[in-house]
Formats: sequence, C-alpha cells, structure tokens
Amino acid sequence: MQLGEVIGTVVATEKTPDLDGVKFLIVQPLTRDREPTGRPVVAADGVAMAGPGELVYFVASREAAQAMPEPFVPVDHAIVGIVDQLDVTPLPTKRRKR
Amino acid sequence: MKLARVAGTVVSTINEPTFDDQKLLLCDYLSPDGDPSGGYVIAVDVVGAGVGETVLILDEGTGARQIMDKKVAPIRALVVGIVDDV
Repeated sequence: MQLGEVIGTVVATEKTPDLDGVKFLIVQPLTRDREPTGRPVVAADGVAMAGPGELVYFVASREAAQAMPEPFVPVDHAIVGIVDQLDVTPLPTKRRKR
Repeated sequence: MKLARVAGTVVSTINEPTFDDQKLLLCDYLSPDGDPSGGYVIAVDVVGAGVGETVLILDEGTGARQIMDKKVAPIRALVVGIVDDV
C-alpha cells in the first residue's frame, strides 16, 4: 500500500453496471515524506468516508477490487484507510536512488 | 519477497475492516547492502517488528490473504519476517 492525498472527486453516470454505487476519488500518490510522486490515479473509495484533502493509504492491482462490497469488479486502485497519524523516521542517508 | 527497513507507523481509525486491529508499518525498501533503494510500502505486521528493524516484505495478494486467513481482503503487503543477517 502507498500513501496518497485525495485531490478530487470523479462522477461517471455511464459506466459498467458492476461499478454502480462505487465512489471514485482522484488520489495523488505520495512519497514516505508526503511529497507528491507520479501521476494521480482514480481510486475507488473502499472506506466510503474519504474526501478531498485527506491523507489516505490505498492498495493497487487486483487486490483493490476486494475492498468493494462485490469483489469481482473492474477496480484497480482502492482507498482502504484514512490516516490519522503518521510517524516516520528520516531516511538514514541522502543516497536516495530512484 | 523484498528487504526493507521499518521507518515508522501508520495509524488509522477509519479503514477497511480487514485492517481493524492490525499494525501498519511504513517500510523503506533496501538494497542487499542495506541502503534505501528508493520506494516504500505500507505493510501489515504479522511478526511484531519495530521501527529500525530490517524485515522481509511479502507483496503478493494471494499469499497475504492466506496468512491473514481471509478469502477476500484488499491486502497485498505484509511484514512476514525480521531479518537477523544478510
């Protein structure tokens, strides 16, 4: 799972019927230090309570769909928790390769 | 599986029920010589690891669900071991 910040909402009326009732949010993936990294993704809201501005963690790939009430749905990113507190020690070295 | 070092904890009260009563650790991936190799993962701890420890990360859904004893769960990353020596 990765950290992300919810930066928007997505409304889609016309969609595959499996996705009826699923709430979609735009999530900006974050680094461990809460810096934006990579492109934003559209994620299903697996907790049904996330909203813009919130720090969340999300799961990607096949497992994302299993956060939905019906697990066999076409979903590839899902928010599975809202972060209350994040305690992270600084990286020991500055040699960060990416 | 991948080597990682536990960098901290993630606390949440509103979460998918799979994560109720689970400890979430933020872990930096390591190269075999112990330097951060870039990237991190938030993983459920099933072995009782702590901050600063080198751990083994399983990042695969079916195996993770098997360990968590769940048929359906949106979970992929687990801390499955504490590394003594590399």
